[in-house]
Amino acid sequence: MNAPIPRAELAASTMNWERGTSRIPFAVYNDPALHKQELQRFFYERHWCYVGLEAEIPKPGDYKRTEIGERSVILVRALDGAIHVVENACAHRGVAFCRARHGNAQAFVCPYHQWNYALDGRLRGVPMRHGVKRDGVVQGGMPADFNFADHGLTRLKVAVRGGVVFASFDHDVEAFEDFVGPAVLRYFDRLFDGRQLKILGYNRQRIPGNWKLMQENIKDPYHPGLLHTWFVTFGLWRADNRARMVMDGHHRHAAMISTRGNAGAVSEVSRVSSFKQAMNLHDPRFLDIVPEAWWNGPTAVMTTLFPSVILQQQVNSVSTRQIVPDGHGHFDFVWTHFGFEDDTPEMTRRRLRQANLFGPAGFVSADDGEVIEFSQETFEAKPAHRTLAELGGDEVADTDHMVTETLIRGMYRYWREVMAR
Amino acid sequence: MSAAIGFEDWQALIQLYADYAGTVDAGHWEQWPEFFTDDCVYRVQPRENHERGFPLATLSFESKGMLKDRAYGIRETLFHDPYYQRHVVGLPRLLRADEGRYEVEANYAVFRTKLSQLTTVYNVGRSLDVVVRMPAGLKFARREFIYDSEMIPNSMIYPL
Repeated sequence: MNAPIPRAELAASTMNWERGTSRIPFAVYNDPALHKQELQRFFYERHWCYVGLEAEIPKPGDYKRTEIGERSVILVRALDGAIHVVENACAHRGVAFCRARHGNAQAFVCPYHQWNYALDGRLRGVPMRHGVKRDGVVQGGMPADFNFADHGLTRLKVAVRGGVVFASFDHDVEAFEDFVGPAVLRYFDRLFDGRQLKILGYNRQRIPGNWKLMQENIKDPYHPGLLHTWFVTFGLWRADNRARMVMDGHHRHAAMISTRGNAGAVSEVSRVSSFKQAMNLHDPRFLDIVPEAWWNGPTAVMTTLFPSVILQQQVNSVSTRQIVPDGHGHFDFVWTHFGFEDDTPEMTRRRLRQANLFGPAGFVSADDGEVIEFSQETFEAKPAHRTLAELGGDEVADTDHMVTETLIRGMYRYWREVMAR
Repeated sequence: MSAAIGFEDWQALIQLYADYAGTVDAGHWEQWPEFFTDDCVYRVQPRENHERGFPLATLSFESKGMLKDRAYGIRETLFHDPYYQRHVVGLPRLLRADEGRYEVEANYAVFRTKLSQLTTVYNVGRSLDVVVRMPAGLKFARREFIYDSEMIPNSMIYPL
């Protein structure tokens, strides 16, 4: 296990919190030592991290390589159909042996010395274990007490719910359902209600900003109607929509729930004159929205599961967005768009068309990566300063509107609790 | 190359590719849709999705109108760090020639230069195209950029 990082390294002098967690020190985004500690405490201990969808590995032997924090892991369906997650690191010399991003295998074999593992990570074969005989004499070999059971791949604890797979390096982690908590689990189950999922494809982007900024972006209902003109103009997300902000008991996860309201006049809501009152689409099929029964009302639910994933329903477009940190100043953002097995061809086409709004080029998502990059630029240049998240005051509580930054404050309340342990 | 093409059409095809790159690299977004037919398909898709048969594309447009909507978005609604693009496009490889209809593949590299920053390789891959002869000259009925650079450096604002 990683040795704990001394608290003294946490740049405590610059970590000056004011007014609870409504003023966030730039230093939380900047410090490599702090980042290592975050990886340990949020990604490798006590938390469940997203690794993929069952539909990505439908057949026995199917596997997918992905990451938890900065560690490479393999999501695999064993020959008996059971799902396992193992670390992509040979027990012998640490080689991250699996290089394909996906595939089908009967076993995992490290090329360096041909150590052979079952798909559940158990060590099965070590060449020259019993030495090599020459002139009647056995030479070398592993020690007599070498025990295969002690030298498998690191096996992670696995939770599967509604076709979504989470894993944890920490076998003492609480049950997945307790980790998410009932208030947010309700919205998880709304999207992943047991229907078979159908993978539509991937988008990948590398965002030059601290990974927490993406969690904050989807805990920030203030910006969509301001940064994203499309959301306001077409009524998809605007400050006067019916909305609720819901957190789990620890304030680490959240759901932003909104129901589409008026499309049209915008200035009385945003009070921003730059919006395009008269914006009309040349091809309205981008927004050929058809309500689905499973929505049960809300037209958009954006769920953040801390630390690793965002679950998106924006009208007919649904996706998971995985956060993979790489140092304190970058993260990879992996989008998996999907549909459901009972989708008609028209619904599939609709989901794909609406996907033009989301992803690295999306009409309402491309600029999220841009603003995160520009925030990080300032954090690096001015580490003693802080951000301000005081819309709606400085308290942390669920709300029945979206004119608040309470979810960000809640996330940092949790962050501080965990980092102070 | 099994396909056959007359010299005039070949010359027009080369000119089309050169003009397209020139227009996009100049940032003339309003002119960009004019390279396409009304019911064109324009897609920018990671190679991963293409090879695995996944339909999702990073940009997926099905009409000239959608291209106009994108051009409007670039100018008016998408907040972004401005950048220059520079296409370097290989010679078109003719895959199939029918009367007034050509299937073409071309390798490309796009460099990105943000203002006051160093130039980087932004996106490389190949385009899979269908070019048709229209009264106004050759137009793209289909342009699919299949990109090797699956990890997009933050965002993709402008069309390739």
